[in-house]
Amino acid sequence: MAHIEIDGKQIEVKDGSTVMDAARQAGIHIPHFCYHKKLSIAANCRMCLVQVEKAPKPLPACATPVTDGMKVLTRSESAIRAQKGVMEFLLINHPLDCPICDQGGECQLQDLAVGFGGVASRYEEEKRVVANKELGPLISTDMTRCIHCTRCVRFGQEISGVMELGQAGRGEHSEIMPFVERTVDSELSGNMIDLCPVGALTSKPFRYTARAWELTRRASVSPHDSLGSNLAVHVKSNRVMRVVPRENESINECWLSDKDRYSYEALNSEQRLTQPMIKRHGEWQECDWQTALEYVANGLKRIRDDHGADQIGALASPHSTLEELYLVQKLVRGLGSGNVDHRTRQSDFSADGATRGAPWLGQSIAAVQELDCILVVGSNLRKDHPLLAHRLRQAVKAGADLNLLNPLDDDLLCRVANKIIVSPAEMQNALAQVLKALVDIKQATVPVNVANHTASESAYAIATSLASGNKTSVLLGNIALHHPCYSEVHALAQEIARISGATLGVMGEAANSVGAHIAGMVPFSGPLGKPATSGMNASEMLRSPRLAYLLLNTEIELDCHDPQLASKAVENAELVVAMSAYRHQAMNYADVMLPIAPFAETSGTFVNTEGRAQSFNAVVKPFSESRPAWKVLRVLGNMFNLHGFDYNSSEDVRAALFDSGSESLQAACNNQLQELGNITLTPAGNGVQRIGDVPIYQADALVRRAGSLQRTADGAAPEVTMNGVLLAQLQLENGAMAVVRQGEGHTLMRVRRDDKLPSGCARVPAAHPLTAGLGSMFGEIVVEKA
Amino acid sequence: MANEVIFHSIHQPESWKLSSYLSTGGYETLKKVVMEKMSPEEIINQVKISALRGRGGAGFPTGLKWSFMPRHFQGDKYIVCNTDEGEPGTFKDRDIIRYNPHQLIEGMAIAAYTMGVKVGYNYIHGEIWESYERFEEALEEARVAGFLGDNLFGSDFSFNLHAHHGYGAYICGEETALLESIEGRKGQPRFKPPFPASFGLYGKPTTINNTETFASIPYIIRNGGQKFLELGKPNNGGTKIFSVSGHVNKPGNFEIGMGTPFSELLEMAGGVRNGHKLKAVIPGGSSVPVLPAEIIMDCTMDYDSLSKAGSMLGAGSVIVMDETVCMVKALERLSYFYFEESCGQCTPCREGTGWLYRIVHRIEHGKGKPEDLALLDSVTSNIMGRTICALGDAAAMPVQGMLKHYRNEFEYHIEHKKCMV
Repeated sequence: MAHIEIDGKQIEVKDGSTVMDAARQAGIHIPHFCYHKKLSIAANCRMCLVQVEKAPKPLPACATPVTDGMKVLTRSESAIRAQKGVMEFLLINHPLDCPICDQGGECQLQDLAVGFGGVASRYEEEKRVVANKELGPLISTDMTRCIHCTRCVRFGQEISGVMELGQAGRGEHSEIMPFVERTVDSELSGNMIDLCPVGALTSKPFRYTARAWELTRRASVSPHDSLGSNLAVHVKSNRVMRVVPRENESINECWLSDKDRYSYEALNSEQRLTQPMIKRHGEWQECDWQTALEYVANGLKRIRDDHGADQIGALASPHSTLEELYLVQKLVRGLGSGNVDHRTRQSDFSADGATRGAPWLGQSIAAVQELDCILVVGSNLRKDHPLLAHRLRQAVKAGADLNLLNPLDDDLLCRVANKIIVSPAEMQNALAQVLKALVDIKQATVPVNVANHTASESAYAIATSLASGNKTSVLLGNIALHHPCYSEVHALAQEIARISGATLGVMGEAANSVGAHIAGMVPFSGPLGKPATSGMNASEMLRSPRLAYLLLNTEIELDCHDPQLASKAVENAELVVAMSAYRHQAMNYADVMLPIAPFAETSGTFVNTEGRAQSFNAVVKPFSESRPAWKVLRVLGNMFNLHGFDYNSSEDVRAALFDSGSESLQAACNNQLQELGNITLTPAGNGVQRIGDVPIYQADALVRRAGSLQRTADGAAPEVTMNGVLLAQLQLENGAMAVVRQGEGHTLMRVRRDDKLPSGCARVPAAHPLTAGLGSMFGEIVVEKA
Repeated sequence: MANEVIFHSIHQPESWKLSSYLSTGGYETLKKVVMEKMSPEEIINQVKISALRGRGGAGFPTGLKWSFMPRHFQGDKYIVCNTDEGEPGTFKDRDIIRYNPHQLIEGMAIAAYTMGVKVGYNYIHGEIWESYERFEEALEEARVAGFLGDNLFGSDFSFNLHAHHGYGAYICGEETALLESIEGRKGQPRFKPPFPASFGLYGKPTTINNTETFASIPYIIRNGGQKFLELGKPNNGGTKIFSVSGHVNKPGNFEIGMGTPFSELLEMAGGVRNGHKLKAVIPGGSSVPVLPAEIIMDCTMDYDSLSKAGSMLGAGSVIVMDETVCMVKALERLSYFYFEESCGQCTPCREGTGWLYRIVHRIEHGKGKPEDLALLDSVTSNIMGRTICALGDAAAMPVQGMLKHYRNEFEYHIEHKKCMV
């Protein structure tokens, strides 16, 4: 510890701190631009110059380490003179076009210019003009405003993991720019806008739509990936204008993925469903809520009475709130059916009976950054979990081993210690090899016959890495979750984790995947794991079609593991009730469309992957005739005279589920399967194997309708990719069109060569209209010349 | 006393060849140091006694700098020679690697031995290609002859030296920008601390010295620090190469003892060009303040005397100006240089150098205003001491020097929209 005096205050600070750290600790604000607590020190703006006793010249607070007995003056005449001098330099070439600048009103340069700028400029020469750069559909540039703080450059190098902007040129001619003819494509790119202290980088979708001071800032929680990033939603005239991060060090820190940031565009989409609608004689007719709900109640009653309650099934998206999911299962179970599920992309449910709680990360999100050895199994990591991937990159930067067992070998933007890239069907075998190696290293016994397996060099390397780690974790990704043999993958991962002393984690598919389990939106258990009417899982409900389906936020052809199967099931059903914020394909097969409010228009709770329940309020009123789904479900419950449907608020619903105030639901989370028995592995199939990952901007109903995200590189139409060997084998040409056939469906896709894919595999992304006619996300697929 | 240390063999044919260097006792000092396992402490002590100060311009005591290197550091350490002389008026290092490259190599090898370093780099200015090639040839000669490489003279001391050429950025002469450049990055200075002695090339402890500094080492070790010191004057030991340019009859490099009167140096350079008289001298390279004739004629050429006179010895680059020189125009050109060469990293230099140039340009072109001189004073003081590296100071000091001694010329320009001279 060092004792220092800063502006007369005596404080004790940690050794190795900077004067800036010390000032923050003492509650003293030192003006700055280039300094950012999450980025490396650049010391280039010089705004934080302060006077340090005995130093002959002012020193930058951000880069000056404290020494015991140091005396710092941040507001002395000499310090202020230096700060004002720097401000004048910053302003001489700045356009001072605040009235037409989107940053106006929330601009660090503007704010500090009030305190440190002159009344008039002494600079009379022509100002520098810098050409704008095309960075893609998300970031707008006004490079003349740039003050060269290089925060955006350092963000790329240090946080997003890919340097997409740099400072080229020298002196006054230096410019921040992307690589020639390249845009900024990182899935974390929008953070550069927040980091930019001036109006050089601003949000393109938000551009010129509102001024900062017209916006009301309301807290919310991201409905997208399993992290549950904290949002500040900016609202003007009951319309969501933009989303920025709400800092939460233990979840999203000060960052947001682009998905979290730009999906709000979908809230104002033209596809919004405005009125309840009933299909009569093949024609959609708008109606009032009472009519629609009576129609639904009558229909469900008729089917229950005529065919039995188990002809009713409910499929909900795990992007729905805890309250919605709780009520939908309560309603359906109240009607006597246990056919409720949210795991529409999962296909192997054979471990359902063996679970002990909701699958979760197994640790806190922040703990991931502290790991020293990680094995990621089956994940499109960067795209499915953009900010968790960032935490893992930080862990790797701090020296952790990141091991990968995956059918995809996309660039993780960090060092990967060991990797096994195999076809989905080979994943169990590869895991067994890692287990075999671990058994050899640790002299352990496992409930699986690994004697027949020979550990490959990579399997041995992964096992060695896991065995040597202190804080280790085995993390299952979405590809593992959706895997046709998920229970085997899970069981093997569990054994690997057990023997190596690692924490087993399931990264989780959606904002409320954990919440959906806790709410009882699974056929094998009720809320908080309590016993309840059991029934069919998502796959069974579609394989043995039901007469009535209640769909909550689900677009069956995009959200199901096998869209062919799903579409057929709903097309033949007698009653399909689609509760959705949008007009979508359900218009073709549903009988009732109920406009429900997306997250911004309802209160609710999401339970994130670390088991943290985060409740939020509506930030705007429901659009048109939309209603929060919990209210709709409550009324339906009342119509059936079901017990316990008298909620006055979503808080009431939540309280009914569990004692309010309990922020952590970790006790209800458990990844351990009980009584593994002897694990037998399903042998790999023949033919070309499909890898059906979910594209980042197709994962849920909102992001699909976010126009700007759809225009990014990640939003482009999916292609069928395979390695050169398979390409040659199938006599296909890179860049040409091909027919992709699966089951009874086919589609036309462009072929792209990717030699990093495992042999015999074709990557054909799911969840996209282009591939919605195909079958299972994994399994055999045919690709032919068009 | 002339050509005592660096250019002692310059009269020999092909003085840059190894054979020439060996004929004057070259590499014997290195061999002696290595074979007799001379103690690093003793070497540093001799360098301290010699009062050798950094010849690149800052004049930092070399022995002291060497003592900063963590002696017992486990892992790689580096020494780097700065031959990136890019300042207007400097051309001495070029002649060292052109005429006596082996003495530099020997000096660096002794330094490496002293600091426990195995690898060194010489960063050579990008615009002296032939000299760079000649240095590469010298390196190859030294390698073949066993003066560079592993286990020199059969000992356990190894030293490998590599040449690295720049691409002509002045900023890469700043030692940390130079390190960045060697590492393959854009040449931009690092902020200090940490200093290179703890976090240098590739993040390892590194000592960076100027070419002339390293080339002085063999003499000091062979003859003792005291002998070197006595070539100059107390606190300003040794000889120094002065690069004299401008309005003299015989411009060139002159190696003379520290403390030699300026008048003698001027004489060696053939005096002011015929029919003209001395007006002013920039004694240490374009970044140091100018001194009028009457002041410089009373100075001796060493760190202390020039500092006392309000300027600096710098790299010993003496730019002589006669009475035909318009100081406004001279400053315009100097300011343009710093404007062009600022790396753009930190605010005061990036924005300030352009501003300075534009004001002086305006004055030179008859568009100056009376308040411009006060503005120049203010802008320079806002740059001085506020930047990451010394380039900001280097841009400001010539302006301050000119305004101090020739303010009247600037005022005349502003008032009459034309030149005084």
